[in-house]
Amino acid sequence: MPVDSLYPRLEPLLSGVSKPIQYIGGELNSSVKDWDSADVRWALMYPDAYEVGLPNQGVQILYEVLNERDGFLAERTYAVMADMEAVMREHGIAQFTVDGHRPVRSFDLFGLSFSTELGYTNMLTALDLAGIALHAKDRTEDDPIVVAGGHSAFNPEPIADFVDAAVAGDGEEVVLAISEVVREWKAEGKPGGRDEVLARLAASGGVYVPKFYDVTYLANGQIEAITPNRPGVPETVAKHTLMDLDKWPYPKKPLVPLAETVHERFSVEIFRGCTRGCRFCQAGMITRPVRERSIDTIGMMVDNGLRASGFSEVGLLSLSSADHSEIGEVAKQLGDRYEGTNTSLSLPSTRVDAFNITLANEFSRNGRRSGLTFAPEGGSDRMRKVINKMVSEDDLIRTVATAFSHGWRQVKLYFMCGLPTETDEDVLQIGELAKRVIDTGREVSGQRDIRCTVSIGGFVPKAHTPFQWAAQLDHETTDSRLRKLRESVQADKRYGRAIGFRYHDGKPGIVEGLLSRGDRRVGSVIEAVWRDGGRFDGWSEHFSYDRWATKAAEVLEPMGVDLDWFTTRERFEDEVLPWDHLDSGLDREWLWQDWQEAIDPDGAIEVEDCRWTPCFDCGVCPQMDLDIQIGPTGRELIPLSVV
Amino acid sequence: MTNDGSTTLEGTPNPEAPNPQLPIVQKLRIRYAKRGRMRFTSHRDFGRAFERAIRRSGLPIGFSSGYTPHPKISYAGASPTGAASEAEFLEIGLTRALDPVEVQQALNDALPEGLDVIDVVVSPGGPLADLLQASNWRIQLPDVQVEDAKSAVSKFLDLEEVIVERMMKRGLRSINTRAAVIRLAVEEETDEDGYAILDLVVRHDTPSVRPDDVITGLRNLCGLPIEKAPLATRSNQGPLDEQTGSVGDPLASDRDAP
Repeated sequence: MPVDSLYPRLEPLLSGVSKPIQYIGGELNSSVKDWDSADVRWALMYPDAYEVGLPNQGVQILYEVLNERDGFLAERTYAVMADMEAVMREHGIAQFTVDGHRPVRSFDLFGLSFSTELGYTNMLTALDLAGIALHAKDRTEDDPIVVAGGHSAFNPEPIADFVDAAVAGDGEEVVLAISEVVREWKAEGKPGGRDEVLARLAASGGVYVPKFYDVTYLANGQIEAITPNRPGVPETVAKHTLMDLDKWPYPKKPLVPLAETVHERFSVEIFRGCTRGCRFCQAGMITRPVRERSIDTIGMMVDNGLRASGFSEVGLLSLSSADHSEIGEVAKQLGDRYEGTNTSLSLPSTRVDAFNITLANEFSRNGRRSGLTFAPEGGSDRMRKVINKMVSEDDLIRTVATAFSHGWRQVKLYFMCGLPTETDEDVLQIGELAKRVIDTGREVSGQRDIRCTVSIGGFVPKAHTPFQWAAQLDHETTDSRLRKLRESVQADKRYGRAIGFRYHDGKPGIVEGLLSRGDRRVGSVIEAVWRDGGRFDGWSEHFSYDRWATKAAEVLEPMGVDLDWFTTRERFEDEVLPWDHLDSGLDREWLWQDWQEAIDPDGAIEVEDCRWTPCFDCGVCPQMDLDIQIGPTGRELIPLSVV
Repeated sequence: MTNDGSTTLEGTPNPEAPNPQLPIVQKLRIRYAKRGRMRFTSHRDFGRAFERAIRRSGLPIGFSSGYTPHPKISYAGASPTGAASEAEFLEIGLTRALDPVEVQQALNDALPEGLDVIDVVVSPGGPLADLLQASNWRIQLPDVQVEDAKSAVSKFLDLEEVIVERMMKRGLRSINTRAAVIRLAVEEETDEDGYAILDLVVRHDTPSVRPDDVITGLRNLCGLPIEKAPLATRSNQGPLDEQTGSVGDPLASDRDAP
């Protein structure tokens, strides 16, 4: 039976909300499939504002993969802004998709992609507006199956109350596998109801269904055990890894919005995974092993994507794009292909070496050489050893010297504050490094208009990393270190405005820490915060630390734990971590050993990159029966006549 | 993107500048419509969509030289977000002369449905904006009876001044909407639910008077009982005939040119 569009009811109300364009859909390359032609229907959500969510690659890929298949249908929905939420509540309009403006509750599955834990409250708004029970246990046959994915799904325990299932890893294949299970179950007349379809998904070994696991706690507040509570449910749930990216060249037809969004470009993922081994980096750990797209697939995707979208900028995405085995040729050949077409290429590379400058020069052939970005992450050589970011201060200075000698005038440096074993001295070293960068720039270029912008993020320990056991730095100390750093740089008049600082205070990081390493008990905090009005926690203008701290105290203290217990407490080796039953492929013993080597009192021990040196036994390849997939292929881009 | 109307298509590219570009050999004037849900596109939204459509269409659009080359598109005026339109205008500069009919087809193939090019003519030169002296608006008033609308309109026309306030970049400003209104009447035809439709001609003054401002004046000062958002459509925009109060076609002379 067709489901009516809510658009006729919505349209007269749109004049009264800000940026109505975000609710109308109609993006180029979007599709509204016939409702009745599909056996399985997905509503896909990126739980943030449209302008942030629309460019998300994950959602765009799944949307296209599903809609390409006969019998499956996918539409998108995003977090509505506060004014729209009020209008929808007043007029009884349910959470809708922007494609067909169909109510989310009428879909079979409601998939949410969490790049960050700060989208959890927005999920609750969407569920509530959709008329779907907040708690999975209260849902009926008429409700969609709520599935979480994205990097945050590697520890879905804080949202275990609200989701029916969670999936870790690459979504392309598993979204189809889930759809097949649901199709079959529906075709059979939905035997056994929700429980049965969830049991079938759980039995596959790659879909985590929280309610099929019981969590017990020790008197000290730690988890005693997480155990399956019904037969056929696996002890651990494996992540999904897509091999052969050349066979999955998505997005083929990127969505082009009418509204302005945070990324106005066509992005091609040039590889997945990372083997650099930065110990703080969850993305680098959970997306192993490295799998490259070949130069010809990249060339084909760039050509198709530009033709299909009309974008004038191409981004070559990955966790460390300069590490692609043929990046030099990719850069040069794409540069040749698009020379004179007013198309710009960008590489979000933060690798600190001279090769990066060669690439940057290639990408700025016809443009201005304004700014380059590097990510040393730690201020001192000692700190960089702890995090396994293998670059010395002298390397960095040599690199910026090369940059300045090639006409670049501005350098942006990324750092973190609050890393394990960090002292005030390590953070003050960031300032010294910035000063040396300015000195070097002035010397090499012979000019004074050299700028260095220092961006500092607070370190938040994440699941499935060697730092998953680490104590997070409290926000007071974070703020005090950043203050001292700023003062020490400002005190030196020789640098004046040449050095800029960008950082946030330490409070949001503490809430992110709670949500990142929390367990099921944290779900009640999320709900209490949401009921108190918490929304858009990733937005500084909406985020309220006080609300989170108050609700965390109210909810957690009766359970004998608190905000500090979840954040600033170091974990024990034998402690059951809330995500131990989610298998990222990483060997727990290897992670622990790497953690111990990071904090070795005699100085941290570094780990090489397995792209170029032998395997360091992180466990992913043998455990998942995979191998790294890298070039070089030695192939060339076919020259294309471009418009 | 430059879409504040200040872009000119004039001038030859400077070969010394970075990214030297091909010269413009043909300038085209384009009339387009914003229909259906596309009325919610802002002027900036339209600009982005149009530039991308130009790229997809493969038309030989000219670019400015310099570090950040901009396509040669010059927007004449802007329609308010939320208003539909059958009469928006812009000019483009091409590096190769083309048949305007072919350009219209190429653009419509590339633009999203609802953003529709309805006329393309070769520009005779001179500023297009000077021809856009007034607009004719058709405003649907949901839930407003024809008699109520007529009474409010006659009050409005009897007044010397109808001052409304609007938030602008520099704060709240008072606008005399009455001064810009050339014609205001209730149409004989009603909408499909039997409610009133206004026929409005406004002169393009500074600050510009929008249909919303006239509705605000009608509601606040002339007793128009309106609760729901009106739906305004610009049906025409062009040279104003002061005698008849009618709005002409700004592209007429170009089209009729030999």
